[in-house]
Amino acid sequence: MAKMNMLQAINSALIIAMEEDTRSCVFGEDVGHFGGVFRATSGLQEKFGKDRVFNTPLVEQGIIGFANGLAALGYTTIAEIQFADYIFPAFDQIVNETAKFRYRSGNEFNVGNLVIRTPYGGGIAGGLYHSQSPEAYFAHTPGLQLVFPRNAYQAKGLLTSCIESNDPVIFFEPKRLYRASVGEVPEEKYSIPLGKAEVVKQGSDITLLAWGAQVEIIEKAAAMAELEGISCEIIDLRTVLPWDLETVVNSVLKTGRLIVSQEAPVTAGFSSEISATIQQECFLHLESPIDRVCGLDTPYPLAHEKEYMADHLKVYEAIKRSVNY
Amino acid sequence: MGKLNNVENPNNINSSDTLSLEFVSEHALSIPSFKMMDANGDIYKGAVKSTMDKKTALRIYQTMRFVRILDERMLAAQRQGRISFYMQCLGEEAAVTASAAALEDKDMIFAQYREQAALAYRGFSLENFMNQNFSNEKDLGKGRQMPIHYGSKELNYMTISSPLGTQIPQATGYAYGQKLDGEGACSICYFGEGAASEGDFHAGLNMAAVHKAPVLFFARNNGYAISTPASEQFKGDGIACRGVGYGMKAIRVDGVDTLAVYEAVKMARDYAVTNNEPVLIESIAYRLAAHSSSDDPSGYRSKDEEENFRKNCPIARFKSYLLKQGWLDEAQDEKAKDEIRQQVLDALKTSEKIEVPALEELVTDVYEQVPPHLQRQYEQLKQHVIKYPEAYPATASRIVSNTPEAK
Repeated sequence: MAKMNMLQAINSALIIAMEEDTRSCVFGEDVGHFGGVFRATSGLQEKFGKDRVFNTPLVEQGIIGFANGLAALGYTTIAEIQFADYIFPAFDQIVNETAKFRYRSGNEFNVGNLVIRTPYGGGIAGGLYHSQSPEAYFAHTPGLQLVFPRNAYQAKGLLTSCIESNDPVIFFEPKRLYRASVGEVPEEKYSIPLGKAEVVKQGSDITLLAWGAQVEIIEKAAAMAELEGISCEIIDLRTVLPWDLETVVNSVLKTGRLIVSQEAPVTAGFSSEISATIQQECFLHLESPIDRVCGLDTPYPLAHEKEYMADHLKVYEAIKRSVNY
Repeated sequence: MGKLNNVENPNNINSSDTLSLEFVSEHALSIPSFKMMDANGDIYKGAVKSTMDKKTALRIYQTMRFVRILDERMLAAQRQGRISFYMQCLGEEAAVTASAAALEDKDMIFAQYREQAALAYRGFSLENFMNQNFSNEKDLGKGRQMPIHYGSKELNYMTISSPLGTQIPQATGYAYGQKLDGEGACSICYFGEGAASEGDFHAGLNMAAVHKAPVLFFARNNGYAISTPASEQFKGDGIACRGVGYGMKAIRVDGVDTLAVYEAVKMARDYAVTNNEPVLIESIAYRLAAHSSSDDPSGYRSKDEEENFRKNCPIARFKSYLLKQGWLDEAQDEKAKDEIRQQVLDALKTSEKIEVPALEELVTDVYEQVPPHLQRQYEQLKQHVIKYPEAYPATASRIVSNTPEAK
């Protein structure tokens, strides 16, 4: 074990993957010698050479198009989109190509070896274009996997699974926690299964569900609620698509209450999908309406970021509303 | 004035300075079309010597002839309501077939959608063509895509995707991997002059040049993108001139001249594989057919225009060449055509009787294994189909009790 922050944990997963598999490439804007604007790919080019780790021109649709082709050839392909806010020029390549490659060819071809890494989320004074959480756009696309680590340990284990998965993944990295999340991380390889949520803390009164950086927020809110004697069960969804219905259902059957919290705007966010499904699965067991604590339906603000964010106080208030319903 | 050296050249430009204040002309490049034979199949005096042997020439010809017959028959089948959609290669058979013939089998083909001749040249069977067009259970694509969206891993032919231009950066990435593998293979990427307006064209060509990927970008400039003429698509000199802008070799070729296309692509392939660089090839031909079976060109071009280009048939021209070489027997050729027509008709009749894929294929291949939520959806659907079998006749009678395996 070593103390690592999330960037170091990601870097470690990448190094192990590239050492294991010589047919693997890491590329994106500034990921080469510079090591990426957040330094997640630090030292990779020196270790593995410019053929396997390289800067691309500034063209997101090209990065993912290129990645689709390389992955189709069988290469372990790890492409970086510098900020999730800038993934949209690649939307067509991801939605119409990556996600449908296996299906449309009848399994003649696939891009299962593709991982798209991208930093997402707010809380860093990044304003409209360095803060977004665009997972809902992609969650509407069968064929993709969407994975969110909440800390350094999770980041390495989940990224390793993403790289080994035979289906394409978008790996959303909570950039607010890149350096803030420090923990014990094994230096050797390990993996954490995809498609499986984790019950981070057992509780009996209410279930709190989030993914990525938002897990920290619901943990904080839960700590406040516990002081008032409310026992919160905390679930980290980890994989948003395809999501682990069973774990969430089992929890809500036990607690009878659910709050889903996400950074993204509330309307048509992934929390809406979870709410709809859980009310159908757990209808007669619910003690109060399922609530969503999310960003407002505005573009991501700058000066009003604190007010905008679905912070622990908003989650705490929602817990009380739910319990006192 | 002095040339900039590399250390002092952060802008990555390659020029000397000047004291004269003037624009570079938009006509600075005027790229000629490479030709070898005239409309009668006679070799131009002073033309490059053909390296195409008799065996290759006949295989190209037979492929073009087959695709012409297939296209005619399948368009008729579409008109009869037997298939939903079709696209013909008419007028561009030489460009597509001869370019494919100049490759090696290990080379990957990224097609747009009008390149069935390249797939036929590789040996895709008549049955495979038919089964795809009828989206039946023997279709390699499992009945999921509209007609003409072929694909074959065995033949290194990437499955067609309808969105235009998406295959261009993919070919770059694929070819980059081929370079790293070091087995001397490359990729060819076909697209129309209309698709060259897509952002993916820029992305793919720029990245191929920067990352030194051995990919042949084959622009089929056929004059039309559905109804939009090339004059409303771009202002520059065709597509070939853009290669210079991306820092890659480029060549324009008469796409009706089978010999010229073959030599141009052969040279491009050699160059790409030897130097690990992309090459842009622009073929000049005319899309004689409608864009697709859903299109009616009478709304945007005249019969006179079409008739003018119909005289310039690539197959007829190459046939003349073959006859003059003494490589083809006219009577035998006519007999072969009749036989192919019969084979096509027989295959069509067989294929249209084959059932659609089983219901479970609706949910397979979304992921490598069917995930639990999709398995649940399938189970619900299956029960629904069982309840209302008359509403879902294609699958109701064949529902199997076992479900796709859960992840």
